[in-house]
Amino acid sequence: MAKADVTQAEGDLHLERLTKQFGDFVAVHDLSLVVPQGSFFALLGPSGCGKTTTLRMVAGLEDPTAGTIRIGDTEITHQKPYRRPVNTVFQNYALFPHMTIYDNVAFGLKRRGVKDVNKQVNDALTLIQLSEVAQRKPAQLSGGQQQRVALARAIVNRPAVLLLDEPLGALDLKLRRQMQLELKRIQTEVGLTFIHVTHDQEEAMTMADSVAVMNNGIIEQLGPPTELYESPHTVFVANFLGQSNLFPATVQETDGEEIILEDPDGKFRMPKERVASGVNTSGGSNVLVGVRPEKITIGPRSEAAAAPIDGNYVDGVVESASFLGVSTQYQVRTEGGEQIDVFAQNLDVHGLLPHGSHVRLTWQPHHGFVLAPDQDIRASADVSAGVSG
Amino acid sequence: MSPANTPVPVASKPPTTVRFRNWIGNNLLRIYAVLAFIYLLLPVMYTFVFSFNDSGKSNLTWVGFTWNNWANPCAAPDVCQSVINSISVGLVVTLAATLLGTLIAFALVRHRFRGRTTTNLLIFLPMATPEVVLGSSLLTLFLNILVPLGFWTVVIAHIMFCISFVVVTVKARLSSLDANIEQAAMDLYASEWQAFRRITLPLVAPGIAAAGLLAFSLSFDDFIITNFNSGQFTTFPKFIYVADKRGIPAQAYVIASAMFFIALAIVLIGQFAGRRRKEG
Repeated sequence: MAKADVTQAEGDLHLERLTKQFGDFVAVHDLSLVVPQGSFFALLGPSGCGKTTTLRMVAGLEDPTAGTIRIGDTEITHQKPYRRPVNTVFQNYALFPHMTIYDNVAFGLKRRGVKDVNKQVNDALTLIQLSEVAQRKPAQLSGGQQQRVALARAIVNRPAVLLLDEPLGALDLKLRRQMQLELKRIQTEVGLTFIHVTHDQEEAMTMADSVAVMNNGIIEQLGPPTELYESPHTVFVANFLGQSNLFPATVQETDGEEIILEDPDGKFRMPKERVASGVNTSGGSNVLVGVRPEKITIGPRSEAAAAPIDGNYVDGVVESASFLGVSTQYQVRTEGGEQIDVFAQNLDVHGLLPHGSHVRLTWQPHHGFVLAPDQDIRASADVSAGVSG
Repeated sequence: MSPANTPVPVASKPPTTVRFRNWIGNNLLRIYAVLAFIYLLLPVMYTFVFSFNDSGKSNLTWVGFTWNNWANPCAAPDVCQSVINSISVGLVVTLAATLLGTLIAFALVRHRFRGRTTTNLLIFLPMATPEVVLGSSLLTLFLNILVPLGFWTVVIAHIMFCISFVVVTVKARLSSLDANIEQAAMDLYASEWQAFRRITLPLVAPGIAAAGLLAFSLSFDDFIITNFNSGQFTTFPKFIYVADKRGIPAQAYVIASAMFFIALAIVLIGQFAGRRRKEG
């Protein structure tokens, strides 16, 4: 490997105030981001959110309207794609159809005039476990194999940053799961910075160390997958990663480390630390309360009423129950008129609470979260439901 | 509907009729294909057979068999010169039209520029315009700007209509290419020129070759536009047309047959090579 590349490869990727406009349309708006070296980073969002444009700017395939891109101390904002230490795994692989697998993988090394091409190519083919097909043409390989070749063709160059543009989108579900683990294994093995663009929240959460959720050209929230899931800061994030029950409530008063909220179903307690930053919690202000469906316990109201109250609760009637094997999915209409989804683990063998049952839903105060009220409760709910399958 | 129209009576019909009907049913397509080929190849066969005719000046009636025509294809005055003329025009036209047409195709597919839509439309114009109109208007142009008719006016005329076919052929190939492939090459440290030479060109080459062959055969074959713009210059189709008035020499039949077999050989070699590449 050339010496210059080694020094270039050291460093985090910095995006500073990056903007890309296509005519009047702002695809990426004032985006700043640091991706630490060696991390597996995911850009997650629905189609058209600007994630692919961001990726293409890092690759050098789009020219930013404003802002800078740096790797370590080297600025690469307007460098030609073939001059930056960045390689891409394209969505449809973009393998060279007239070349053998070996020549595809060797392409980048040969262009840079690297010595011992043969060894590096063979090592890369071993890494993706495809040494035996080196002399075949891309069309003779299955989709999963082509995907791995596209990966090998990029990582053989040991780029400072590897970009993956929806790399698993064209694979079927089973293969996709397998490749997710494979990608993670390879990333750990080679220790390169991976930036992974996807609309599949499960894919992002499985592989990435940190995830940036993008929407309308900006980053809605950035953090480790667990943090995004447990403490979403916006309705969009709450709905895009998994499912959330969201309902409006009014702050009544502050009680030490807790706030007391009220909605038509009654009063709730929530710890202050579960309130998203910037939300006004002074008395009388409106907020949105969110609870994940799997955090709610459901039980017959008669039994629950006898037990001491533990945490927050609402009463309602079962509107539908679907048995899914591992769990049962209930839709409950509360007395206050809200519809709440509940995923109940099938710990018992007693069967379902039938349609029309009077039930009590309870959850621990620190399992909920509080968001700002001025948002569309349905934001991204349709999108994520559409792609999660 | 009569009660006899049930499945049972069909089986009780005389077996020979049924068998004949089945045979027709199974072979209808084959029979049709054979008849179509006979219809298509009959004139070629006629030309081939009459190339062995021991005729005098006119080759319209069968006189007797001879090898002489094939032994001396250039015996008749001007036949070979006209073939040489046609081939020279064809080669120059193929080179120029393929080069220009390929460049236009790249511009149209890969770039967005003012007048792109208009260019796309204009490209189709020479294909849609009747040849008589094209030929006569070109002649008017040449006469008005005082260009002497001959080899170069024929070349210019042929390039004009061949370009359209080249553009359409290369464009089709180029559009089917994944634009990501070039970007992938540049992402893998290939400069614009390297990406073009190592990736795009090899992938478009079959389209360019096809366009070149098409241009050559269009040029070689053209009569109407050539006739308007050639003056004293004679191509092979024009020779045949002119000779027809005083009797086509048997040597012309020889050359026509030879051309047919050469074309056939090229196609067969192409098919064979294609199949071998797929297997290998």
